[in-house]
Amino acid sequence: MCLAIPAKVLKIENNLAQVDMVGVKRQADIRMISNLKVGEYVLIHAGFAIEKIGEKEAEETLQLLREMA
Amino acid sequence: MQPITNMVKKFQHDTRKILLGHGSGGKLTHQLIKSFVKKFRNLPLAKLDDSAVVKFKGKLAFTTDSYVIDPIYFPGGDIGKLAVNGTVNDLAMVGARPLYLTAAAIIEEGFSLFELDRIIDSMNRAARAAGVKIVAGDTKVVGKGGADKIFINTSGIGLIDSGVDISSKNARPGDKIILSGTIGDHGIAILNARGGFDFRTKVKSDCQPLNAMVSQILNVSKNVHALRDPTRGGLTTSLNEIAEQSGVGIEIEEEKIPVKEEVKAVCEMLGFDPLYIANEGKLVAFVPQNDCAKIMNVMRKNRYGRDSQIIGTVVSSHKGRVVVKTSVGGERVLDMLTGEQLPRIC
Amino acid sequence: MKFVDEFRDRAIAERIIKKIEGFDSFKANLMEVCGTHTMVIFKQGLKGMLPKNVNLLSGPGCPVCVTSQEDIDKAIALARDKEVIITTFGDMIRVPGRNSSLEQERADGADVRIIYSPSEALKAARENPARKVVFLAIGFETTSPLIAASLLDAQKEKIDNFFVFATHKLIPPAMEALLKSKELNIDGFICPGHVSVTIGSDAYRFIAEKYDVPCVIGGFEPLDVLQSIYMLLKQIKERRAEVEIEYFRAVHPQGNRIAQQLISEVFEVTDVRWRGLGIIPKSGLRLKKEFSDFDAEREFQPKVKRSKENPDCACGQVLKGVKKPTQCKLYRRICTPEKPYGPCMVSSEGTCAAYYKYG
Repeated sequence: MCLAIPAKVLKIENNLAQVDMVGVKRQADIRMISNLKVGEYVLIHAGFAIEKIGEKEAEETLQLLREMA
Repeated sequence: MQPITNMVKKFQHDTRKILLGHGSGGKLTHQLIKSFVKKFRNLPLAKLDDSAVVKFKGKLAFTTDSYVIDPIYFPGGDIGKLAVNGTVNDLAMVGARPLYLTAAAIIEEGFSLFELDRIIDSMNRAARAAGVKIVAGDTKVVGKGGADKIFINTSGIGLIDSGVDISSKNARPGDKIILSGTIGDHGIAILNARGGFDFRTKVKSDCQPLNAMVSQILNVSKNVHALRDPTRGGLTTSLNEIAEQSGVGIEIEEEKIPVKEEVKAVCEMLGFDPLYIANEGKLVAFVPQNDCAKIMNVMRKNRYGRDSQIIGTVVSSHKGRVVVKTSVGGERVLDMLTGEQLPRIC
Repeated sequence: MKFVDEFRDRAIAERIIKKIEGFDSFKANLMEVCGTHTMVIFKQGLKGMLPKNVNLLSGPGCPVCVTSQEDIDKAIALARDKEVIITTFGDMIRVPGRNSSLEQERADGADVRIIYSPSEALKAARENPARKVVFLAIGFETTSPLIAASLLDAQKEKIDNFFVFATHKLIPPAMEALLKSKELNIDGFICPGHVSVTIGSDAYRFIAEKYDVPCVIGGFEPLDVLQSIYMLLKQIKERRAEVEIEYFRAVHPQGNRIAQQLISEVFEVTDVRWRGLGIIPKSGLRLKKEFSDFDAEREFQPKVKRSKENPDCACGQVLKGVKKPTQCKLYRRICTPEKPYGPCMVSSEGTCAAYYKYG
């Protein structure tokens, strides 16, 4: 548990957002996310955004992984 | 939009729907048949005999399939197009040149004549595109609820040229496995068309005829050992069937398998694996290593094979099993699924 | 796909494996709690890449696997009510009850609909005012906030034909129950990434502090899992017991406050029975009194016969990581994906299913 997929926020209207996953579009309930901006990425689980994905943190993670030598 | 055919205008009752009368063999039935004959326009059919009579010499391939898909229209095709291409492809997969098809429809009372017309047109277009003739047909009408809108069966015959011996028993260790393009398109298009799960995608079904590609392959090399078009159960099922029937092992590389990004995304969202999703216009070819390059070349030149990739090899170990080298470098066995894949949250 | 493809890089995986191989002076039993982690490990073939001294145990974090037979039979009983539309996640549909499953009930004419989001269940209620829509709410802390949100919406809109059969469970109490069990020897936990998005890394501090067991919260891409294993082994080697976050691009120490608030607004903690693990105190959620109008059990009072689970079915021990599926008497012989006996085989992320399919 649990399947959640990264999606880019295209449009925000109150508690709903239009999100995009490499061309696949759907609506997501974003009430659990504070200060969400268009262009940011969120994790979608069962139609709800459960958290933002920190792009900086993702890059940091990859850096850490790349440095494993 | 096609205009409703002339025969419909002659009737006084609800002329836009299929009635039980259309199946009872009388005038309504004849009018219906005449409309098909007019569209499919070929000599054996036009004779309107009880059977089509055709002549040819050689080794025959003979196949049948029934189509019950829901919804009957989807991005990239419809049940009619599917019914033609599906049977054309089954013939092509044994190396046969598809020649003649039959088409039988079981129609639910109340089905729109306009829609029927539309489907017949689609079958006609698909048959012409594939270079086959629909020479015999049948329609039956069942009461409301007796069928889901329309079911179609097509049977097909084709000729196999001498020197061609393609069978799922023929895969040999050392063979290279070539996949003709992206997998999962059809299944995801259907899922999208059914409307559940609230997502939108532009992915279209890959419903298309593969007989020209197979002819082109056979022109450069008759050494093709096995061919399969992975439909229900996806690529996995086809690979497993060949592994078992040929008594060989198969090793494939996940990284090499072409999948559209959107198909990947829907799969990630719902917990599906593209390897198990239905296709309608792809083939896997098992070919000797020496012929691999020229066959790949010819496949990529075909409009339905531009994304062809070598995805794996046939081996002599783990006979009957398919093993995948995963994207990260691990290994797992690729087993057939029990039932359909189900969307999950975990 | 961004945030996905980069975390499947083979070259990086090989480097992490090399580092893992460096910890060759001790054996380690590491448990991945979450069923989705089990799936990734099998699907990517990670077990085969690890050295022999690293032993991965699959834990009870598969919500379908730990749903009690009684709860499944109740769901089936609800499905048989002609007034009811059952809406469920796909995970549940093939799980065998005493003598049926939701899939079989559907074949017999029950209205059972597979949905992706609880919002679809609410939509079904709005669109079918003459019927009663029951949503089978399974899942852990990742999913329970979503059901809470849907119930709040139902309450706001005064929807009176929407009901929830709530069987939500909590992960940290289950982890503690495992630690207390004498049968197990767990040297480290790979903690569930998305449950942790909700509850935060602080929720596991007691495991490190009270039980001295290292925890790493891992993401779900194969590099995340390998890195989490590396981080656990490093803790063990350095004799540390801490809660570390590998998945820090999504998990924060305090978790998601809004999600936690949603849960506490609608649910309260209660003792529940986990299949194979027995009753674990304060490990489940039930609807608060203010939401009792939405309680499917209260509305329908589904009656089921108490049945004994086959003593040869080792699901309970498999769920605890005490036994491997191959050590279950029924595995492969009687219990197969075609004819699953227990939930570990039927659930798409059940350990037995994973072993059977990928092993």
